[in-house]
Amino acid sequence: MIENRPVLNFLAHLVLILGVAIVALPVWIAFVASTHTATDFSSGTIPMWPGPHLVENYSRMLDSGLSTSGTPPVGRMMFNSMIMALSIAIGKIIISVLSAFAIVYFRFPLRNMAFWCIFITLMLPVEVRIVPTFQVVAGLGLLNSYAGLSIPLIASATATFLFRQVFMTIPDELTEAARIDGAGPMKFFRDILLPLSRTNIAALFVILFIYGWNQYLWPLLITTDAQYYTIVAGIKRMADAVDGLPQWHLVMATAMLAMLPPVAVVIFMQRLFVKGLVETEK
Amino acid sequence: MKRTIFRNQLLPWLLLAPQLAITFIFFIWPAAQAVWQSFLREDAFGIKSTFVGMENYLRLIDSAEYMNSLKVTALFSVSVTIMSMGTALLLAIAVDRMIKSTRIYTTLLVWPYAVAPAVAGILWWFIFNPTIGIMPYILSGFGYDWNHISDKGDAMLLVVIASAWKQISYNFLFFVAGLQSIPPSLREAAAIDGAGPVKRFFTITFPLLSPTTFFLLVVNIVYAMFDTFAVIDSTTEGGPAQATNILVYKVYFDGFVGQNLGSSGAQSVILMGIVIILTVIQFRWVEKKVEY
Repeated sequence: MIENRPVLNFLAHLVLILGVAIVALPVWIAFVASTHTATDFSSGTIPMWPGPHLVENYSRMLDSGLSTSGTPPVGRMMFNSMIMALSIAIGKIIISVLSAFAIVYFRFPLRNMAFWCIFITLMLPVEVRIVPTFQVVAGLGLLNSYAGLSIPLIASATATFLFRQVFMTIPDELTEAARIDGAGPMKFFRDILLPLSRTNIAALFVILFIYGWNQYLWPLLITTDAQYYTIVAGIKRMADAVDGLPQWHLVMATAMLAMLPPVAVVIFMQRLFVKGLVETEK
Repeated sequence: MKRTIFRNQLLPWLLLAPQLAITFIFFIWPAAQAVWQSFLREDAFGIKSTFVGMENYLRLIDSAEYMNSLKVTALFSVSVTIMSMGTALLLAIAVDRMIKSTRIYTTLLVWPYAVAPAVAGILWWFIFNPTIGIMPYILSGFGYDWNHISDKGDAMLLVVIASAWKQISYNFLFFVAGLQSIPPSLREAAAIDGAGPVKRFFTITFPLLSPTTFFLLVVNIVYAMFDTFAVIDSTTEGGPAQATNILVYKVYFDGFVGQNLGSSGAQSVILMGIVIILTVIQFRWVEKKVEY
């Protein structure tokens, strides 16, 4: 701050409070809706304050779900999402950290080609090549499986590039010292490289967990067995089924449950989340 | 480039094997398939396919629907980018003035990043629901009859708002980081010279923020073009009358619902080209920035 101008400070607070209100509005409305019964909407006036049915609606969704939509209980879908998000985050970190190690610390024939193979996959989202990717996964018999939900989404290079950059900043002296002490490459990797990149791994984990949890198109396509539905993809199936008799309160309760884990992760891990976000983009 | 390396020929391949295997099976192979399919035409029963060369591409160029989708995508991407970056910049400038309350405002603004695009779509769809939504109720008070199910403009506005809402937090974080990296001495010197806040913003802050702005511009266009699939699918499904049928949704729709693999493949290839161009631009910028 350069000069103290009360008017500008007041204006800044006003802008921020308005911003927070706009950002929070849809979630507030969803929360309010999730605490009412279906009949509260049919009267025509939209309730603005929470009703008394919070526990009832949420426990009903978690235990039994919406039977008419053909989706399993929300508890089951959250469990599937959790498995999918964790597999993607852990799987991606493992393959990326290993390949970044290979690329930075070894010289071998075709090293550049391997590097470019990984490089071209950068940012090409699954949505773009959706039909052939689906055919490959179907051909491998991976439809309706946790492997099919997670492995195809592990294949992207952003994490490899992040680790490559982290490793480049680690001083050569450390490697030399380790070699003089007689440490082999894997010992160096385990005892020096991994501990030094601990915060990067944690930060990346936060980002990738959110990425995995929020996947929509992929789980929607490859799961036809309700037992494997994830919550983000399941919500759409529920919303489609409410056309006849509006069950908005239950759909909104599900929406609240679907955003709870990733939002909680962002709020509680804010420092790691920002670090991960800024670094993966560079 | 590392000076100290390990001498081992087999080990690096073992380390690379999982990444290369997954990349090949789920990335390079399907991408190659998309390219191959784009040169084929399958008959109505999907039994026989014939090589037709560039025909699928030529048909796309001729197709009014595809041209419409291009236009819709351009309008949509530009609107989402302007709306989310503009709001985020305003909020970032406001938060940059704060000394004590920066953290609390950041926490309150940053969480929509974690909301799934599909959920964001459902939330705004509910708010704008013509029969029970709160916004149509308010708008009707102003004499506006909102209906995104039949009105093209309303439908576009709905998907733009839902997509931009989710992206504000991301842009906000990068703008705040960009503003904080500007040395305060520059602005202090200008203030001593008598430049007011508005003048300081346009002559000092904004030019110094331009690398961040350019980076966000590319990221936001990529986001609007590709990651908003879920927003479209959970709200308008490309309608009404193709008004929100963006390119990435059309690839999916023509391929899975319309079963037109050749056309979907050609569309995939065009989209891949667009992403590669945008990625290269982004990397050029990053490389430059690393050199500083």
